[in-house]
Amino acid sequence: MSHEKMLNRKRVEGGIKALFFLCGLTAVGAVLFISVYLVFAGVPAIQELGLVRFVLGDTWNPQQEQYGILPFLLTSMAGTGGAVLLGVPVGVLTALFLAKTARPGWAKAIRAAVALLAGIPSVVYGLVGMVVLVPAVQRAFSLPSGANLLSAVLVLSVMILPSIVRVAETALRAVPREYEEASLALGATPAETMFRVSLPAARSGVATAAALGVGRALGEAMAIIMVSGNVANLPAGPFTAVRFLTTAIASEMNYAPMGSLWRRALFSIGLVLFLFIMLVNAALHGVIRGAGEE
Amino acid sequence: MEGLSKKRRLMDGVRRGSLWLSAGLTCGVLALIIGCVLWQGLRHVTWELLSGQRSYLNDTNGILPNILNTLYIILLSMAAALPLGVGAAVYLTEYARGGRWVGAIEFAAETLSGLPSILFGLVGMLFFVRLLGFGTGTLAGGLTLVVMILPVVMRTTQESLKTVPQSYREGALGLGAGQWRMVRTVVLPNAADGIVTGCILAVGRIMGESAALLFTAGASAGLGGFFRALYAPSATLSVSLYVYVNEYGDMDTAMAIAAVLMVITLLLNLAAAWTGRRLKKRKGGR
Repeated sequence: MSHEKMLNRKRVEGGIKALFFLCGLTAVGAVLFISVYLVFAGVPAIQELGLVRFVLGDTWNPQQEQYGILPFLLTSMAGTGGAVLLGVPVGVLTALFLAKTARPGWAKAIRAAVALLAGIPSVVYGLVGMVVLVPAVQRAFSLPSGANLLSAVLVLSVMILPSIVRVAETALRAVPREYEEASLALGATPAETMFRVSLPAARSGVATAAALGVGRALGEAMAIIMVSGNVANLPAGPFTAVRFLTTAIASEMNYAPMGSLWRRALFSIGLVLFLFIMLVNAALHGVIRGAGEE
Repeated sequence: MEGLSKKRRLMDGVRRGSLWLSAGLTCGVLALIIGCVLWQGLRHVTWELLSGQRSYLNDTNGILPNILNTLYIILLSMAAALPLGVGAAVYLTEYARGGRWVGAIEFAAETLSGLPSILFGLVGMLFFVRLLGFGTGTLAGGLTLVVMILPVVMRTTQESLKTVPQSYREGALGLGAGQWRMVRTVVLPNAADGIVTGCILAVGRIMGESAALLFTAGASAGLGGFFRALYAPSATLSVSLYVYVNEYGDMDTAMAIAAVLMVITLLLNLAAAWTGRRLKKRKGGR
């Protein structure tokens, strides 16, 4: 090969490598861009209203220029907490079933079911919740309306199941076989081994699964908009009609006039939600790093 | 088992029962959702609905524009996300030799996949719709979704590239191929089924998306072809389901749309399982 040809080929290779590198950079660029943009869009209204009045104000009423997001904050926390409380045990036990006792055929069917749950659009969850769950809740507790925090929690807990099952199953499968064999050899039953050896050994994976569930529940919007009642109340109990951080943005953006404080306050809600999610991500990374050191 | 105390035997039963109960609950909920949607929805799926459009003037109802908009947005976002995602994955597995950029790119992809879609919608609306002046339409919506599905394509491609045997690469390089030629003719063709799986997952994600599209692609829809939809409000199927419930209060049509979405979800899941199985077979055969 001539010297010139070699040089040419080197140049082409270098150019192509740079091109692939740029593809990789788009992800980094997008994250930086989104972060900066959300801060720039969200800070003005918070400055205007004052951080304390914005975050701890307990009334959201744009018609009277009251922009306190405490109702949304508490609702998002309560909703996410409730969903995790219900979803994590069911999800982790399903994962335990899949990883340790289920026959291959059963496991395959259940895994397909979980994958399907993950693929159902959130608006479909919302619609089914609205048609089946909301009337059921209304009848079961004889309420004037079943669209409330409880219904939202139930829908969310189903929606976060797939990611919990997937992560927890991977973690449970990674538990060294020797641990379980030792436990069985000491006379523990298979069920005792699963619950008292396998599950504790996979606790960091289970924690990751839970953190993932928190992130999913916190960010869901369209499913719960249809079942939560969508009123800016403080979450006084499971039967209060409520509005979440996400649903406040989704339901009001089209009504808030361009350039108004109302609209800017909605951007600020986006910023608060973003910070919340990043906090959960940081916790998730802490868990993974902690597991790595074990 | 005979030697166990009564208490232990009871606990054993409780534990075993809780496993079956949880797994049963997971499957039961799924069956309930599928059953409800198909049973209540399919009977409202008519040819008129699938081939017509909603119009007050002509008093017709139909979701053809929404079906087309969904396709347009899938085409648009995949056209950009596929090369970007595959390129990023190729960089990470074939070119990068460790270093801080690998960490940064992987961290970024993970962060993107954890962000709520409503935030993508918010930034997409501020940037594409307002600042760049695209207005609501498939262009702004599609570009917003590119960022959202990028991690999906990237991650599955990466997984698939990792299963291509190292000896293939060495063979190609040993025969005098340059790195680009090796990637193009040996690595990528052998990772094709993984890339296809990634695309199927991404298409599923786009089809189900609503929060990110509500303010970027818009909530109304009309027929006008691909190029008109770029800059005109173009609700996809999922968005229109929400609009039918929330604005029109037409639950029958909403259920019909849900049934259509559910059938497509089922088909996509089957397709992904099929290509995924091919991938696994190769992994095992290695």
